[in-house]
Amino acid sequence: MSAAPLLRATGIEKRFGAVVAASELNLDIAAGEKVSLIGSNGAGKTTFVNMITGYLKPDAGSITLAGRDITRLSPRAITHLGVARSFQIPQLCAELTVLDNMLVANAVDAGALSFWRPARRPQAVARARELLQRFDLADHTGRRVAELPGGVRKLLDIAMALTGSPQLLLLDEPTSGVAAEEKYPLMDRVMRALGEEKMTVLFVEHDMDIVTRYASRVIAFYSGRVIADGAPAATLDEPEVRRYVTGTLR
Amino acid sequence: MTALLTILIDGVTYASWLFIVALGLTLVFGVLKILNIAHGSFYALGAYAAASFVGWGASLKLAPSFSLVAMLLAAVAVAALVAPLTERGLLRMFYGRDEVLLVLVTYALFLILEDVTKLVWGANPYYVSEPYSMFGNVDIGTQSWVGYDFVLVAVAVVVGGAVWWGLNRTRMGKIVLAVIHSEEVASSMGVNVSKVYALAFSIGIFLAALGGALTAPMISVQPGVSVGVIIVSFAVVIIGGLGSIEGAAIGALIVGLARSLAVHTWPVAELFSVYIVMAIVLMFRPEGLFQRIQARKI
Amino acid sequence: MGRHSPGRLFAGGVLLIVLLVAAGALMPKWLTFLITMAASHGLVSLGIVVLMRGGVVSFGQGLVFALGGYAAALLFNKLGVTDALLLAAAGGVVSALFTLPFAPLLARYRGIFFAMLTLALSMVLYGLLAKVDVLGGSDGFNMGRPTLLGMRLPDARVGYVMYAVTLSVAGLMALVARVYFDSTRGLVSLAMRENELRVEYLGGSARQAQAINYVIAGFIGGVGGALTVMSLGHIDPNFSYWTTSGEFVFVAILAGHQSVFAVFLASTLLEVVRSFSSLYFPNTWQLALGLFLLIVIRFVPRGLGSLWIARTGKPAREAT
Repeated sequence: MSAAPLLRATGIEKRFGAVVAASELNLDIAAGEKVSLIGSNGAGKTTFVNMITGYLKPDAGSITLAGRDITRLSPRAITHLGVARSFQIPQLCAELTVLDNMLVANAVDAGALSFWRPARRPQAVARARELLQRFDLADHTGRRVAELPGGVRKLLDIAMALTGSPQLLLLDEPTSGVAAEEKYPLMDRVMRALGEEKMTVLFVEHDMDIVTRYASRVIAFYSGRVIADGAPAATLDEPEVRRYVTGTLR
Repeated sequence: MTALLTILIDGVTYASWLFIVALGLTLVFGVLKILNIAHGSFYALGAYAAASFVGWGASLKLAPSFSLVAMLLAAVAVAALVAPLTERGLLRMFYGRDEVLLVLVTYALFLILEDVTKLVWGANPYYVSEPYSMFGNVDIGTQSWVGYDFVLVAVAVVVGGAVWWGLNRTRMGKIVLAVIHSEEVASSMGVNVSKVYALAFSIGIFLAALGGALTAPMISVQPGVSVGVIIVSFAVVIIGGLGSIEGAAIGALIVGLARSLAVHTWPVAELFSVYIVMAIVLMFRPEGLFQRIQARKI
Repeated sequence: MGRHSPGRLFAGGVLLIVLLVAAGALMPKWLTFLITMAASHGLVSLGIVVLMRGGVVSFGQGLVFALGGYAAALLFNKLGVTDALLLAAAGGVVSALFTLPFAPLLARYRGIFFAMLTLALSMVLYGLLAKVDVLGGSDGFNMGRPTLLGMRLPDARVGYVMYAVTLSVAGLMALVARVYFDSTRGLVSLAMRENELRVEYLGGSARQAQAINYVIAGFIGGVGGALTVMSLGHIDPNFSYWTTSGEFVFVAILAGHQSVFAVFLASTLLEVVRSFSSLYFPNTWQLALGLFLLIVIRFVPRGLGSLWIARTGKPAREAT
């Protein structure tokens, strides 16, 4: 087991008026972990994710990534340090092809003034195709995103997040909006593709079957606090979790 | 002191004219979410129609006071004939599309109407000067103003009041307000949004045409009158806030006074003063002075 | 690249320009003048296409058109700079410098508000130019004949030489624009047009990209203004009037944002309609333009360029 955690949150506090979104949050995430964040709506999971990506700043406390303090950094800086996220509703460029969508991440990295570097140069295309292959999306390479079915869009949304080879990947409800019988295949594909990169993954999920099957660790939120943290089976069985998250305890 | 008074009166009279002209534009945007470049073209149609109607009245040997009625009828005629044709025949095809796209559609309409007026009325100027001298002159201090200008102020107040009352005190008005706030919600509550759109558009066109009709006696009605009006109406409406009646009034006052101030103290600024104010408002308070809609994206 | 290889495209473009310039020697003067205007005006519309690829439409490019034109004309009249190429470059540089401070501000606006702010700025310049007598007021002023690389241009040749210069400069800008569109920055613009949020979360800056696009459009438009003034011999504040800006937008919409060639094709179409109409149908050419615009918006919404470039950015005949 490695010594220093990849992500460390210390004493995070965040309020929106009277609503407590985070309170005394202390978390360590080690490299390579597959962690699921669970909790009912408004529990603070998404706020936490937004604070990691830099779109929200905590009122107090700090967040470090690989030892570096990222609490006050801009979202762009944090992205460049290796944090990427996917979206509950896939955020894609509808009129562009699947390949072009994948190339956008690479294009962004090229710098603000590189007017002469072709967007579709060989190395970038090769990397994009390789990722598409891993996600079983190669057949869709030349298709316009607007023509794609929902499950494919979800996969593409996640694949795009990987183009920059992030250290930390945040998945926001990867199986939401996906038909029940497609959830396992989708997550299988995602985890298989990620496995090859040995990535640290945080995923927000509401589906407990998915959580049990794919997470090595579960963190449960309620009212801005962590109420449970541990291996899936055990954590999901805890009375607090059953009362406030899964609703299986009266 | 008299200089200040002159500036004020000039400003207010110009503002009244601006208000009558710009009110329809802001109303159409508020309800249909369309920024209508062709608004000035309807203004021109009103001016031309007024020229024709007043001309017919004169040839029928009707009393000079009929010319005022003629101008009103001209505005009604334009609205009645052109509004349904435009709204149902053209705009309806593009509802729900990108707002900038709709501006381009109205730009195409502007181009079309420029030539339509030329085809119907020819390229030579029309003069409708009789009504202008009907109200004599008003002397204030050392300056003399044409009574007609003050009549415009009265008309502006009446029109503004009527529209305000119509929106806020009548049942139909409340329905229109609902559509302004959210077309989707209103529609799901059973409002016939189509009808509201048609109504709002007709009123907007009527107001534009009325502005044109009332202005006809003050200018020579010829091709190109629409062009200057469009841009200054945009300025008024942006400054006041798109979709806001009060905004149109305040915007008109600001533009009117700014221009009047420039004309009397620093003539070089006469033209760009209006657009500087428009640019400044857009830079610091893009929703305009009376917020109705969300502005920039950041 | 998804389309033709860069080498082939470059060669094809150069060949086209060479052919047109050569053919110009055989054309009547009115035709070379028409094409010259189409090319120099087309540059301003090309600038609008640069912005459209980022998701915004400028209704005030008359601003940079006028800036470039007045810069060239003033440099000629007041400072004795007469070289056509130098004046064209100066027009672009002056416009770009002027747009630079406004670019970060404009980069925060989208949709109607971007359109209105660009419109307002162009009208401010118009208002200023129309009333400043030193610059000729609303009548504007004339400009003499430019020179080329030290050579004076005789009456009989000046039209053709300006034609050649304009086509060459416009052609160069067109090729550079194509390279830009196919570059990483070009892709970021296209992506931003579709989904700014995603671009931001990938680490990009939409504001920065928009600002850069605005300055580029300013430069190209300024060059277009300078070239126009040199062939026209006259400049006036109408260069910055909203109806002038409207025509540039018309051409950009007609062309669509995918093909650079389409921009110049559309610009030529406008010039042809404008020239022939004043002879044969003076009261219906705007009607024709308006109807044409409506037809394009309704049935070919992605512009003429989409007729030969498929939505995937590849030539229409090659699927995938």
